[in-house]
Amino acid sequence: MVKYIQNIPANDPLMIPEQREIIDQVIQENKTKPGATMVVLGELQNRIGYVSEALQSYIANQLEVPVSTVHGVVTFYSFFTTTPRGKHTIKFCMGTACYVGGVPQLIEKAKQILGIDIDQTTPDGNITLEICRCVGACSQAPVVVIDDEVLGRVKPSKIPQLMKKVQE
Amino acid sequence: MKYFRSHVLVCVDPECLSKGAHQLMDALNDELVATGLIDEVQVLETSRIGGCAQGPELMVYPEGIHYSGLSADDVPYLVDEHFLKGRIVKKFVEEIKKSTDEELSAPTSKEIRNVLRNCGVIDPENIEDYIAQDGYMALAKVITDLSPEDVLDIMKRSGLRGRGGAGFPTHLKWQFAKAAPSEIKYVCCNADEGDPGAFMNRRVLESDPHSVIEGMVIAAYTIGARYGYVYCRAEYPIAVQTLNLAIKQAKALGLLGENILNSGFSFDLEVRMGAGAFVCGEETALMNSIEGKRGEPRPRPPFPAVKGLWNKPTNINNVETYANVPQIILKGPEWFSSFGTEKSKGTKTFALAGDINHTGLIEVPLGITLREIIYDVGMGIKNNKQFKAVQTGGPMGGCLPASDLDLKVDYESLSNAGSMMGSGGMIVMDEDTCMVDIARFFMDFTQDESCGKCTPCRVGTKRILEVLDRICGGEGRDGDIELLEDLCRHVKSNSLCGLGQGAPTPVESTLKHFRAEYEAHIYDKKCPSKVCKALIRYQIQEAVCTGCTVCARNCPVDAITGERRSPHFINPDICIRCGICEQVCNFNAIEVV
Repeated sequence: MVKYIQNIPANDPLMIPEQREIIDQVIQENKTKPGATMVVLGELQNRIGYVSEALQSYIANQLEVPVSTVHGVVTFYSFFTTTPRGKHTIKFCMGTACYVGGVPQLIEKAKQILGIDIDQTTPDGNITLEICRCVGACSQAPVVVIDDEVLGRVKPSKIPQLMKKVQE
Repeated sequence: MKYFRSHVLVCVDPECLSKGAHQLMDALNDELVATGLIDEVQVLETSRIGGCAQGPELMVYPEGIHYSGLSADDVPYLVDEHFLKGRIVKKFVEEIKKSTDEELSAPTSKEIRNVLRNCGVIDPENIEDYIAQDGYMALAKVITDLSPEDVLDIMKRSGLRGRGGAGFPTHLKWQFAKAAPSEIKYVCCNADEGDPGAFMNRRVLESDPHSVIEGMVIAAYTIGARYGYVYCRAEYPIAVQTLNLAIKQAKALGLLGENILNSGFSFDLEVRMGAGAFVCGEETALMNSIEGKRGEPRPRPPFPAVKGLWNKPTNINNVETYANVPQIILKGPEWFSSFGTEKSKGTKTFALAGDINHTGLIEVPLGITLREIIYDVGMGIKNNKQFKAVQTGGPMGGCLPASDLDLKVDYESLSNAGSMMGSGGMIVMDEDTCMVDIARFFMDFTQDESCGKCTPCRVGTKRILEVLDRICGGEGRDGDIELLEDLCRHVKSNSLCGLGQGAPTPVESTLKHFRAEYEAHIYDKKCPSKVCKALIRYQIQEAVCTGCTVCARNCPVDAITGERRSPHFINPDICIRCGICEQVCNFNAIEVV
């Protein structure tokens, strides 16, 4: 059924039976709704976590709309992501005070522990590393934001301990 | 008659039932028989006690203990502990909910709560609570006694205007949609409340969803629509959940769906979620989004009342507008128009934020002055500072200075003063706020949220932001103010939708009222409020400094030098103006110049 999409990576949601089931179910449930594209994308972003390129093609085909339309919608709204996001996000503030306050060292430490780069997610889908703009807590520099919690005056030696909280 | 020493009320709400309320009752009765307490403790069924989220829930009187999250297996232990030994089983006690409502406190004397009347009073997840507050009475009245023309007449006499910000008369909108010839029409509710700092609509949807639904059904009846959508932003998952539950309950009681109240009139409703695009609060962009497209605005005309959703006539109103409708029908248009001014009737909700003592939601009659809102309802400025400006209408609104404090809050007065009503965000700023920085902040927001469809908005907002960045960065040039004015004029007059047309307002209004601050930034290279980092300098007052070295040790860039017990010195070339030294100094020796 997905023959028309070429080069689907093996770890794509389409290739994982349980996720594929969710995808097909969501599409079936909403297919006939007017304006289904947004509904399906919203639901899949929620349940699968991201909308891969292959998945976009698949949705387009199933809903009988051009792939360009689906891609246009996915890239328009900030809620949709095309790469998997982790269950938790760790954001590093890159404001000036944090930058000189040692955020680069913190990033190095985090990368080293998790074995991933910025904007990547751990293979178990648990943690995503991100860089963010100044969070306005310069007096607390360097600042790390784990999920919604702003943590200030973080030292590289404290990173493993902080990560334990969100590591499974 | 038998007397019982204890009464156990078991919630048999559908949710608790599905979680085993009946099994729990059976187990309770069995256990009471087994322990010989059945003549002392009575078990009764009751309706909803609490949230039912933990389910099943029970209430024990006379103690008034609320247990939840029990299963039949826990019953022997509970009976043994509570009814035999008289000890409360703490692990099942439902925590008493925090009674203080941080968003919505008790109304002050200047407030009138019409839209917010049920918020925090009724259980939003229980339609019967709403019905007990005369809910759906207006719908019944409309459907049985009134023709669509009658409703239009009532709306006209009430003088209700759109609460989304533009203030278009509601009856006219409805009349246009009604007059548009089409078999299929839609009713839409704009719940895409994207303005930073505004959460009035979220609160109404979460606390009183049925008032919005009822208003929408009445609108549908009036214009002849059979289907409707509520477009809610993705950032409000609880509002979506509450609405969906409310829709389900209304349908179950025949207040929504096929053949409403046996009248032959049918109207169905669906919630659609946004996906994080501010521009979708613009009505035509919102419709594109519901249609499953990119949320880009469409040129108007044709207006939604003629060609809206799927090119069919559509009536679109804001959450608060719909929430006003049932009460206007029930209490009469004269009641509604008794609040407000000649042209702006009724009450309006605002979200007060910023440097004000009492932040949160308020509802005041239109025509109240800004001074009354800020000093009487909002309890004045924090830390006894001076009021500097108030920003109304979100990122598309303007900043009004102290000289406008006695301005009446109504649609015309605000727009004449260079701001707008907007959906109701109201940000109060004190003397420590830099107005150029504020203008830059809002432009940063609109520039980021511009959808990019039309050039004036896409390119114009970017150019304005560049100039503002330059001014705040200490590199403002002669002619920048004139350039800003020119850019603003073009973006305002040539943009396609409200976002672009409104984007320059914060800049224009600050230029008008706080021009001297711009000039200080550009010509004197000074930020009078000492906010813009590039234009300030931290320095140590020699006379005050004790040479304790705290600042030097905390400086992240080693910009501070000095011997112990002698005054320190900050090297401005190395200093990054992070302000840490000022915070750690115990002697207030560090000043900003």
